[in-house]
Amino acid sequence: MAATDVDVFSNEEKRNLSLGGHVGFDSLPDQLVSKSVTQGFCFNILCVGETGIGKSTLMNTLFNTMFENEEASHYQNGVYLRPRTYDLQESNVHLKLTIVDTVGFGDQINKEDSYKPIVDYIDTQFENYLQEELKIKRSLFNYHDTRIHICLYFIAPTGHSLKSLDLVTMKKLDSKVNIIPIIAKADTISKSELHKFKIKIMSELVSNGVQIYQFPTDDEAVSEINSSMNAHLPFAVVGSVEEVKVGNKTVRARQYPWGVVQVENESHCDFVKLREMLIRVNMEDLREQTHARHYELYRRCKLEEMGFKDTDPDSQPFSLQETYEAKRKEFLGDLQRKEEEMRQMFVNKVKETEAELKERERELHEKFEQLKRMHQDEKRKVEEKRKELEDEMNAFNRKKLAVETLSLNQPLKKDKDKKN
Amino acid sequence: MSASSDVLTGAAEANGGAMGLQKNLEGYVGFANLPNQVYRKSVKRGFEFTLMVVGESGLGKSTLINSLFLTDLYSPEYPGPSQRIKKTVQVEQSKVLIKEGGVHLLLTIVDTPGFGDAVDNSNCWQPVTDHIDSKFEDFLNAESRVNRRLMPDSRVHCCLYFIAPSGHGLKPLDIEFMKRLHEKVNIIPLIAKADTMTPEECQQFKKQIMKEIHEHKIKIYDFPETDDEEEMKMIRRIKDRLPLAVVGSNTIIEVNGKRVRGRQYPWGVAEVENGDHCDFTILRNMLIRTHMQDLKDVTNNVHYENYRSRKLAAVTYNGVDNNNSKNQLTKSPLAQMEEERREHVAKMKKMEQEMEQVFEMKVKEKLQKLKDSEVELQKRHEQMKKNLEAQYKELEEKRRQYEEEKSTWELQQRILEQQKLELSRTMEKGKKKKIF
Repeated sequence: MAATDVDVFSNEEKRNLSLGGHVGFDSLPDQLVSKSVTQGFCFNILCVGETGIGKSTLMNTLFNTMFENEEASHYQNGVYLRPRTYDLQESNVHLKLTIVDTVGFGDQINKEDSYKPIVDYIDTQFENYLQEELKIKRSLFNYHDTRIHICLYFIAPTGHSLKSLDLVTMKKLDSKVNIIPIIAKADTISKSELHKFKIKIMSELVSNGVQIYQFPTDDEAVSEINSSMNAHLPFAVVGSVEEVKVGNKTVRARQYPWGVVQVENESHCDFVKLREMLIRVNMEDLREQTHARHYELYRRCKLEEMGFKDTDPDSQPFSLQETYEAKRKEFLGDLQRKEEEMRQMFVNKVKETEAELKERERELHEKFEQLKRMHQDEKRKVEEKRKELEDEMNAFNRKKLAVETLSLNQPLKKDKDKKN
Repeated sequence: MSASSDVLTGAAEANGGAMGLQKNLEGYVGFANLPNQVYRKSVKRGFEFTLMVVGESGLGKSTLINSLFLTDLYSPEYPGPSQRIKKTVQVEQSKVLIKEGGVHLLLTIVDTPGFGDAVDNSNCWQPVTDHIDSKFEDFLNAESRVNRRLMPDSRVHCCLYFIAPSGHGLKPLDIEFMKRLHEKVNIIPLIAKADTMTPEECQQFKKQIMKEIHEHKIKIYDFPETDDEEEMKMIRRIKDRLPLAVVGSNTIIEVNGKRVRGRQYPWGVAEVENGDHCDFTILRNMLIRTHMQDLKDVTNNVHYENYRSRKLAAVTYNGVDNNNSKNQLTKSPLAQMEEERREHVAKMKKMEQEMEQVFEMKVKEKLQKLKDSEVELQKRHEQMKKNLEAQYKELEEKRRQYEEEKSTWELQQRILEQQKLELSRTMEKGKKKKIF
């Protein structure tokens, strides 16, 4: 869906020419419209509000139909989002309407994380669209757009001020989706209280820097009505699907003992204003803002996160090819580096262990040498002792021999003596 | 997105499986006003259209453009392509802003002076394809930027190809050109200067051309199907008259009290806007009044997407084998890289495991060897010790023996000594006795 804008021209010379007759391209908007009608339209509403505040009833009233809805219980563990899609048709216009309900909002004791499922849901729809847009083979004109076009934030009719949960949630959502705050069950507030309440709410929103959706005033056809409606925000609405006879008409209303609150009576509530703004006048602008502003912001953040830039260090614009190639090179380099790191780690490990083992080997070797030396010593000692013994034995033998030789001579002498 | 058919078959939606349910509305809600909102916004934005005209010089291209848009796009100050003789084929643009009924149209006419005029016309389509591709490239880059702002659409939405009215058939250049361009741009072939042929000749010529187009499998711009019976009838009538035979004129002539655009001949006036004379009105209606938006849509959804997917596939797999299965194309290049990264992580893990295993094994081996050495050393040590002990024992034994021998001998000696002493004493005694 390329946004063409005649105001941004290239530097080429453009000539303004006048036509000599009816050419017929004034049918171009009709051609465009007829194509859109054939394609069908798609609109996604997110309703954020406490359980029982009247979200489903308001949707039924707004679209004049009974959407299936079981009443939600107050005992949900957390907030979860329930999207439902319906195909509606009015004259020749087909609308694929998705209503996303926040079930369990405001029911928990600790509501710190209540906004998270909502933000996650919105981001997921953006992500899905982005993924489709980035595919190589894509079919955007067939794509069922699930991005949230409008968030109706239901404010409880306390008459005092916004709850802190409201402020926190709206602050988290205002950069992601168009927000229209509405005061629910407005038939419990009197006119004067309502006036003060609205002022209080708007001032709180402004002082907290919450950006709500402003009805566009740049198109002369609708700028007047839009700017006057901007002053009535937030809309105080009443929803009802029951019909009550008032005078000779049957209108949608709520019957009280003290009177009948008519939904479509502008002095009773702002329902008609809401319907007018939301559906009849600005539906297309809501879709456009979602795509051109909120989605682009998401996309830009996502791409920057992934490291994409529009210009290289020399401020030369990247072409898509270069960007992808650079990314790819970086990516491959990264993988290579990881592989190298792992290898290196292993090499180091091996070296270490080798050193260790070598050390042990050396120790063992040393031990061995030591023992060898010890043995050598012992052996020597033994040898010494043996030598000693041998010497002694030799000495003794010599002595023995000497004595024996002597003794051999002696007996002769005795005999000799005897003879004498 | 046709909603009704989904409803009847009860097709499940992608949103959490919720069913697309048909609802009947009681009372007026107001979203039937959506088309008006779209209308308003589109008028405010303004429109753009790029039309390319290709054909040999002198075929009446500039005249036709002027007639189509009822304006002096080409004038003496801004001459048409045939007046701008070029040595080689150029591709040039003129931008004009025209307004009608509150609708602004930025019209870009791309013409190709020099096309088909040389003696050797090989590759004269190259500058044309290059131009179209460069426009696609510009759009692709603009679309892929991180900061996307306004993206002017300067892609070529339609190419009017002028066929010379030879009366016989297509020339080889015509066929070659259309084959090269039919996948890049919507081609609408036109028979130029149709007032040189009689209706029968024209009919024959058209049949011949369409036959050749089918033979060569050239895809010219095809009208989209509609549900509207009336429209379909009109479209079928147009299809029968393809290719459209046109006549253009810059001059206004008075015919039967009416001022019409036409060409004055001695034998009559060929009126441009007369359906019996030529197909000009059909062309204008089709090109401008009914199908301009569709031409842009087909360019965006078909031709541009083809270019883009080819470009991105080349970028993702550059260097790598390009014969990838179809499902690779359903991912974006980034998702592709993600997957490659995951594969790589798995591969690395495996490699790591393997290397670990080998390492462990080697270490075990080495340790085992060390252990064995130690054990062996121990054994040897024991052995040697035993040896030594044996030696000691032997020595001990020997010494004992020796000591024993020695002491025995010494004892003997002592006994002998004793005996000798006693003997000598006895002898002493005997000697003494003898004396007496």
